[in-house]
Amino acid sequence: MMFQAFRDQKMLFLFGATIALLIVLRLIANFLKLRAETDSARATVDDLNSRIRAWWKMCVVFVLCLLFGRVAALVVFGVISFLAMREYMTLVPTHRSDHLTLFWSFFVIMPLQYFLLGMQWLVAFVVVLPFFAFAFIPTSIAIEGDTSHFLERVAKIQFGIMVCVYCLSHLPALLFLSIPSLDGRDGRLLLYLVIVDQLSDVLQFIWGKLIGKRKIAWRVSPNKTWEGFLGGVVSATVIGAGLWWVTPFTPAQSAGMSFIICILGFAGSLVMNAIKRDIGIKDFGVVIEGDVGILDRIDSFCFAAPIFFHVVRFYFNR
Amino acid sequence: MRLAQPFSVRLCHRLPKHMSNGIHPLANLLAAVARGISGIQVQWAGCQPSEKQRIYFANHTSHLDFVVLWSALPSEIRAKTRPIAARDYWEETPLRRYLAENVFNALLVDRGIMGKTKAPENARSASRSLIEDLSRTLDRSSSLILFPEGTRGTGDKVGTFRPGLYHLALRRPEIELVPAYLDNLNRILPKGEVLPVPMLSLLTFGKPIHLEAREERERFLERAREAVSSLRRIGSS
Repeated sequence: MMFQAFRDQKMLFLFGATIALLIVLRLIANFLKLRAETDSARATVDDLNSRIRAWWKMCVVFVLCLLFGRVAALVVFGVISFLAMREYMTLVPTHRSDHLTLFWSFFVIMPLQYFLLGMQWLVAFVVVLPFFAFAFIPTSIAIEGDTSHFLERVAKIQFGIMVCVYCLSHLPALLFLSIPSLDGRDGRLLLYLVIVDQLSDVLQFIWGKLIGKRKIAWRVSPNKTWEGFLGGVVSATVIGAGLWWVTPFTPAQSAGMSFIICILGFAGSLVMNAIKRDIGIKDFGVVIEGDVGILDRIDSFCFAAPIFFHVVRFYFNR
Repeated sequence: MRLAQPFSVRLCHRLPKHMSNGIHPLANLLAAVARGISGIQVQWAGCQPSEKQRIYFANHTSHLDFVVLWSALPSEIRAKTRPIAARDYWEETPLRRYLAENVFNALLVDRGIMGKTKAPENARSASRSLIEDLSRTLDRSSSLILFPEGTRGTGDKVGTFRPGLYHLALRRPEIELVPAYLDNLNRILPKGEVLPVPMLSLLTFGKPIHLEAREERERFLERAREAVSSLRRIGSS
């Protein structure tokens, strides 16, 4: 049972190719680092290196999920949710009277979401948090009795829970679908989503560096350009379509899925950037770790994961 | 120190096997828990960790402050670092008394000597004699952790310092006074709460200060306060 996933040759091939690509990228980054002379070139290489480090970590997470299955996925993504929400709540100014509400968010609402997934109550998993947390957070804050900036405080906490817990939990949820043509090899969908999403992210960055001119929302993210966006989305969609053989989709369906992932990935990272601007920081990790934080790396999943999950579930689930 | 005495005597002669370095295992456990809850990141901005005898003085906003600061020190330094704690609080229940005396080997002092007494004349004479007592009891190697505000604040700003730090600096001028700032612990476990919220926190050690020749008490205490609050990194702007 434990090593069943390793008999899935197609997926092993794709995962092996990903590892090989990472090694090549690492070498390229080292080469570029030697060549980089200007500050902006060095910053670009540093950005690439920090992405590569994050991808290795994602590979480790993926291997854990493959080795130990759904339970490991629940634990690992539960930890990631926890770390992400910890970063978010640290940097988003919360009020002294929100203390208990925050406590419940960390120790009741977050475990509840992963518990529902673990029990495979998929309907509850999808429905409970948006409504339960939606009602619970303002009620709990109201009971504290402090009404200053009430709506603002409620919204901050609700948004954090939605992004860090609800949205993120849809990544491991992909392992809980039952799709006839996959026959239990669920790891494939997770791998597909992560590869397409991250490719889209980095290809937008690379296209933007190469030919980017017209800014999309320069106040929010100065690096996002129309050229980068279109180049990234088109190239990642093409690559995603080319990965149809690892999914239950036809090539055309796979192109459509990749397109959705790319667009939502872009939206996710744009929105998280806007939040960072609002708080007045460049990266969620900067104040704390001196490096890019976990939220900066998973921002492009926050809209892509739930919608990919629901589209797959609607059209392909048994 | 009447209460700390029997323990430190035993400590000098023979260490029980389970106490490597003289650190109580429960102390290590609590330190690990506090580190986990607070996700503490330590930065030695103004000095390096050293086994020199020091007084670490920091802002005080949370019950976690001492354990977090203590756990952030390298283990060989930690073994020789004791907190100064308020006797009235730590002797109130048997559990607190046990933690203070046996687990953390705290130096318990009456808050009066840290300047809580309102009548200035009484406070001065009382603090002198008790601090003299304290500085005599304090051996030549133990470092101390002190929260000179004397009580937990809200975290908005560092409150006025009580004169204990001044008296220690006056009587033991060879000890380095290292300022430290604990960021965000007021949000993790604020005053009046029992349930912690596991946000991230930062601890910054600053440049050691010394009492200058003929420096007035108030001036020195204000300078020390400024040294602590200048180390703040979150929400200072």
